[in-house]
Amino acid sequence: MIKRRADIADPQGSTVGAALRALGYENVSEVRVDKAITITLSDSDPRAAEAQVREMCEKLLANPVLEDFEVVVER
Amino acid sequence: MTVAVVVFPGTNCEQDVAYGLGVIGADSELVWHRETDLSGYSAVVLPGGFAHGDYLRTGAIARFSPVMHEVTRLAREGYPILGICNGFQILCESGLLPGALIRNRDLRFICRPVEVRVRSTTSVLTAGVEAGRVLTLPLNSYEGNYVASDLPSVEVVLEYCGPDGETSERHNPNGSMGSSAAVANSRGNVVGIMPHPERAIETVLGSADGRVLLESFVGSTARD
Repeated sequence: MIKRRADIADPQGSTVGAALRALGYENVSEVRVDKAITITLSDSDPRAAEAQVREMCEKLLANPVLEDFEVVVER
Repeated sequence: MTVAVVVFPGTNCEQDVAYGLGVIGADSELVWHRETDLSGYSAVVLPGGFAHGDYLRTGAIARFSPVMHEVTRLAREGYPILGICNGFQILCESGLLPGALIRNRDLRFICRPVEVRVRSTTSVLTAGVEAGRVLTLPLNSYEGNYVASDLPSVEVVLEYCGPDGETSERHNPNGSMGSSAAVANSRGNVVGIMPHPERAIETVLGSADGRVLLESFVGSTARD
């Protein structure tokens, strides 16, 4: 999961939030639109998989100026 | 003295850049992104477009194109490097410029001429232009909203402004921090610009204000 850092504006999230409030969901205080990337690996060691995907996030999948990331391993 | 104009899959402004450089009397060559040797070129331009389809984030995949090793080497050696629009995004993703570019504040693609004011003349793009001069350049981008985690440390060389050079949120078309339209590294040899100077190269195109910027760029030599 790639998430826009809290201190970086998310114009898409703000617009979706405004649309939800316009639909009557007045308790919506903030919306952030994040990005989910699903990666399938051919081996099965969950710890190695997590380490490898974290490295992928640092190198390519997330931009540290804008984004934080979370890695969830599923078998 | 030949300028390398890099072409990635999805780049679409390379002919405009080559034409603009030709109008001011500079030689250039188009260079495919798989090139691994840029020795002999005097400067490099990364033109606009949608390198690698803009997939993942603008510039994120272009950063790993083979040619970027050479662009990084030349940047470190002080050669003039200019990224225009998508090229600016690639330079940010590569870490050659600080910050990043996100979607425009109003979530609209912007395609119109804008005014920019020369804020700093320390960069290769603006060294030949007087500070405070207002230029009209076409802006043509969806992800042109500049953000930086430490803006005061960023060398902003052009800022969006009104017709008389006044800066305000009203004259900031895309929400860029500090109204930044172009930024440089601390050495001033690497510059990213969001509007297109190469499309403002003859009065018949609506503006010839891009000339002074490109002339300054090609007139610059490698910096220590």
